[in-house]
Amino acid sequence: MYAGFLASAASSGTDLANASAWAVFLVGAAMILTGAFGVILLRNPVHCALMLVITLFGIALEFIDQSADFLAAVQIIVYAGAIVILFLFVIMFLGVDRREAAGPEATKFQKPIALILGAVSLVEILILSQVDHWVSGAPSVAGRLDGPGENVQKLGQSIYTRYLLPFEMTAALLVIAVVAAVVLSRRQQPGASELRAADKEKLVVGPGGAE
Amino acid sequence: MTVPGAWYLVLAAVLFGLGATGLLIRRNVLVMFMCVELMLNAVNLTFVTFARLLDDVGGQVSVLFVLVVAAAEVVVGLAIIVAMFRRRAAATADDIHVLRG
Amino acid sequence: MNAAYLIVALPITGALILLFGGRRIGDPLSGWLATIAAGGSFVGSVIVWASLLGRSGADRTVDKQIFTWIPVGSLHVDFALQLDPLSIAMVLFVTGVGSLIHLYSIGYMKGDRSYPRFFFLLNLFLFSMIVLVLADSYLFSFVGWEGVGFCSYGLVGFWFDRETAAVAAKKAFVTNRVGDFGFMVALFLMFGHFGSFSYSAVLGPLASGHSTLAGATATGIGLMLFLGAVGKSAQIPLYMWLPDAMEGPTPVSALIHAATMVTAGVYLVARSAPILHYSHAVLWVIAIVGATTALLAATIACAQNDIKRVLAYSTISQLGYMFLGEGSGDYTAGLFHMITHAFFKALLFLAAGSVIHALNDEQDMKKMGGLRKYLPITFPTFIIGYLALSGIPPFDGFWSKDAILDSAWHMSPALWAVGAVTAGLTAYYMSRQVALVWLGQARWTSDGHEGGGGHGGHGGGEPHESPWVMTAPLVILAFCATFGWLLNAPFGGLDFVNKWLAPVFPSTIDPAVHVGTGTKWVLGIAVTAICFLGLGLGLTAWRKVDRPALEPAVLVHGWYIDEAVSAAVSGPLTRMASAFSFMIDARVVDGAVNGLARFTSGTGRQLRRMQTGYVRNYALGIGIGTAVILAFVATRVGS
Repeated sequence: MYAGFLASAASSGTDLANASAWAVFLVGAAMILTGAFGVILLRNPVHCALMLVITLFGIALEFIDQSADFLAAVQIIVYAGAIVILFLFVIMFLGVDRREAAGPEATKFQKPIALILGAVSLVEILILSQVDHWVSGAPSVAGRLDGPGENVQKLGQSIYTRYLLPFEMTAALLVIAVVAAVVLSRRQQPGASELRAADKEKLVVGPGGAE
Repeated sequence: MTVPGAWYLVLAAVLFGLGATGLLIRRNVLVMFMCVELMLNAVNLTFVTFARLLDDVGGQVSVLFVLVVAAAEVVVGLAIIVAMFRRRAAATADDIHVLRG
Repeated sequence: MNAAYLIVALPITGALILLFGGRRIGDPLSGWLATIAAGGSFVGSVIVWASLLGRSGADRTVDKQIFTWIPVGSLHVDFALQLDPLSIAMVLFVTGVGSLIHLYSIGYMKGDRSYPRFFFLLNLFLFSMIVLVLADSYLFSFVGWEGVGFCSYGLVGFWFDRETAAVAAKKAFVTNRVGDFGFMVALFLMFGHFGSFSYSAVLGPLASGHSTLAGATATGIGLMLFLGAVGKSAQIPLYMWLPDAMEGPTPVSALIHAATMVTAGVYLVARSAPILHYSHAVLWVIAIVGATTALLAATIACAQNDIKRVLAYSTISQLGYMFLGEGSGDYTAGLFHMITHAFFKALLFLAAGSVIHALNDEQDMKKMGGLRKYLPITFPTFIIGYLALSGIPPFDGFWSKDAILDSAWHMSPALWAVGAVTAGLTAYYMSRQVALVWLGQARWTSDGHEGGGGHGGHGGGEPHESPWVMTAPLVILAFCATFGWLLNAPFGGLDFVNKWLAPVFPSTIDPAVHVGTGTKWVLGIAVTAICFLGLGLGLTAWRKVDRPALEPAVLVHGWYIDEAVSAAVSGPLTRMASAFSFMIDARVVDGAVNGLARFTSGTGRQLRRMQTGYVRNYALGIGIGTAVILAFVATRVGS
C-alpha cells in the first residue's frame, strides 16, 4: 500500500486528496494502536488512562477521515473530555495510582490462554477481512449521508425525526444512570430507623422526658 | 477519501481484539474498564465506516447512541467500583470471588 | 331443555357453598341449603322430562354441550350432557329419592359435629351421580363414576374417628377400584376399536343396526364393563364392601348403598345394551352372576342380627335380581326393578334409621322388639316397604320381580328357579326382621344407652317418633312403594316405563321377551305362593328370639367368604407384596432413584470447580466462545 500511496502521491489534485486521506488514516491507525497497546501493557492506571486518550484521539481522526465531523468533535468532548477525566478522578480518588499488585495469578492458565485467544481471534479476523462483500446491506435506508447539507444538520434531522423515540430513551437512560451512581456511591450511614429507635429508648428511659 | 472501507474494518477488528485481550489479562478493574472502552470505540469505528460505505446516516446516529450508553455505563461502573473499594480495599478483580462454586 | 344445566349446576353449587362456607352457615341451615339444591335439581329433571315428553319417540335424544374437554388429535371428548329417555328416567329417580333423603338427613344428622361436611358430601355425591347418568360419553360418565366412589368413601367413613368406619371406607374404596380397573380396560378397548367414547358414536350405529361388532370384541368390552358394574353394584365376587359400608350414617346407606350409587352398574349395563347384544356369553355371565349373587346374599341375610346389615345383604340380593333381568335380555324389567327397589329399599333404610334414632343408636335386632306401639308412623311405612320387598301383591316389588322372573324363565328355567327361591328367602328374612324389630316383647331398656352415639340431644326415656323432616320422606316413599308399580303395570296399556324406554332399546338390539300369558299366570302364582310361604315361615319361626338352628354360623359369617379373602390377602399376598417391596422397590426402584441422585450430585461436585468466582475466567469463557464462532464463520465465508 505504501508503494501505491507513494506512486500516486504527486500526480494530481484528487491524488493529493487521496494521499491526504491515506495519511490521516495511517496517523490515526498508529495513534490507535499505540494507545491500545499502552492501555493493556502499562502498569500504572494513570498511564493507561492517558494512553486511552491517545486512542480516542486516533478514533476521532478516523472519524474525520470518513467525514463524520460532528462525531469526531463529540468523541473528543465526551470521551477524552469527560469519560477519561472521570476515570482519572476515580483513580486519584481511590488512590490506586500505583503499579498493579503483582501477586500471583489466581488461575495460572488465564494469561496464556487469553494471549493465545487474542492471537487466534486476530488471525481469524484477518482471514475474514479477505472477504470483499461485507457491505451487503441496502444503502441509504435512514437517509443519505453524502447529499447537500452539513453533517450536523443531517444527523440532527435524523435524530429528531426518525430516531426520536430512541433519543428520548437515551435521556431516560442517562437520568437512571445518574440516580444509580448517586445511590451506589452514597456512603453507608447508620440507618435512620436505628437512630429513631435509639431516640425512642432515650425518650422512655430518660428521666423527665419530654411529655 | 479513497481509503477502502476494509482497512478501517481491519483496524477496528484489531482494536477490538486488543481490547478483549486486555480485558482478559489485566486485573485492575479500572484498566479492565478502559479495555471495554477500547472495544466500544472499535465498534464505533465500524459503524462510521459502514455509514460511509452505505451512504447512510443511520450508522452515525448509532454511534451517538453508543456514546450515550458508554457514558451511562462508565458512570454506573465507576460508582460500583467506588462502592466496592469502600467496602474492602480491593484493587483487582480477582479479589472478589464470592461467587466461587 | 336448558333446565338440564340446572340439574347439574344446583348440586355442585350447593356443594361448593357448603365446602367453603359450611361452618358459617351452621347446623340446620346448611342441611336446608343442600336439600333445596337437590330439590331444585329434581324440579329441573321434571321440566326436562316434560319437554322430552312433548317430542316424538325418535328424537327424544338431545345433546347439551358444555365445553370441549379433551381435543387431542382424532379424540374429542366433550363435557356434554345427553338427555334421552334412559338418562332422564335415571336422573328423575336419583334426584327424587335423593331430595327425600336430603330432607330426612336434616333430622337424622341433627347435632352432629360435622353437619355441613355431611351435606357437602351428599350434594357432591348427587352431582357426581347426575354426571354419571347424564354424561354423553363413557369417559365423562367415568368422571361421575369415580366421583360417586369418592363420595361413598367419604360418607362411609364419615365418622372416621371410629376405626371400623375408617376400615370399611377403605374397603369400599379398594374393592371399587378393582371394578374401576375393569371399566378402564373397557374404555381402552373401546377407544382401540371405535376411536371414540361418546355414546352416540359408539352405541348409535350398533343400536340402529348400521354396523355390527365382532363377537370377541363385544365379549371383551362387555365383560370389562360388567366387571366395573360388579364392583360398583356389589355383585359376586366384589360384594363384601357393601355390608361393611353400613358403618356410614343411615341416610347414606339409603341414598348411596341402596337407591342410587349401587345401581350405577345396572345403569351402565343397560346403557351398553347395544354392545352386549353382540355377545351372548356376556349376557349369560351377567344373568348367572346376578342369580347367584341374589341367592347367596339372601341366604346370608337370613342370619344377620344388625338391622342395617340385613338390609345391606338384601340390597345385594336385589341388585342381583336386576342383573338377572338385564342378563335375560329384559333391560326394562331390570331398570323398573331398580326404580321400585329405590323406593322401597330407601324406605326400609330410612325407617330403620328412624328405629335406630329412636333407640339411641341401637342396631342389634335382638335388642329391639315391640316397637310398633312407639313409632306410629315408622311402623306402617316399614311394613309397606317390607311387603313390597317381599313381593306381596299389589306392592311395587311384586310387579318388578315378576317381570324379571318372567324373562329369566325365558332365558332358562334354572335361572327362574334360583330367582323364585331367592324370592321366598327374601320374604323369610324380612319377616324375621319385622318379627324381631316390631313384634313380640320389648327387649330394650329405656335407660340403657343414655347419651351414646354420634348425635346427642336426646337422652334415654321411651323410644319416640322422629321429627317430621324424617317421617315425611317415609310417608312419601311409602306412597311410592305402594303405587309406584302403576308406572309399569303389565296390563291395560299402563306400561309407561316400557314405552318410555322403548327408543333406547330398539328391537334390533333388544328382542322382546315373549312369555305366554298362561305361563305368566302360572309363574306369578307360583312365585307369590313361595313368597307367602316364606312370609309365614319367618313370622311364625321368629316369635321366639333364640333360634340357633336357623342361624348357622356359616350364614352368620356369610359363607366365610370375607374371612377367606382376608386370609388370602393377609397371608400369601402380603408376603408376596413385602417380598416385592424388598426386592423390586428397595433395590431396583430406589436404587435407580438414589443412583440418579448420586450421579447428579457427583457431577455437580465436579462441575462446581468451573465456578471459580473470578469474573475474568468467565470473560475468558465468552472469549473462547467468540473465537469458536469466528472460526466457524471464517471457514464458511472464506471459501
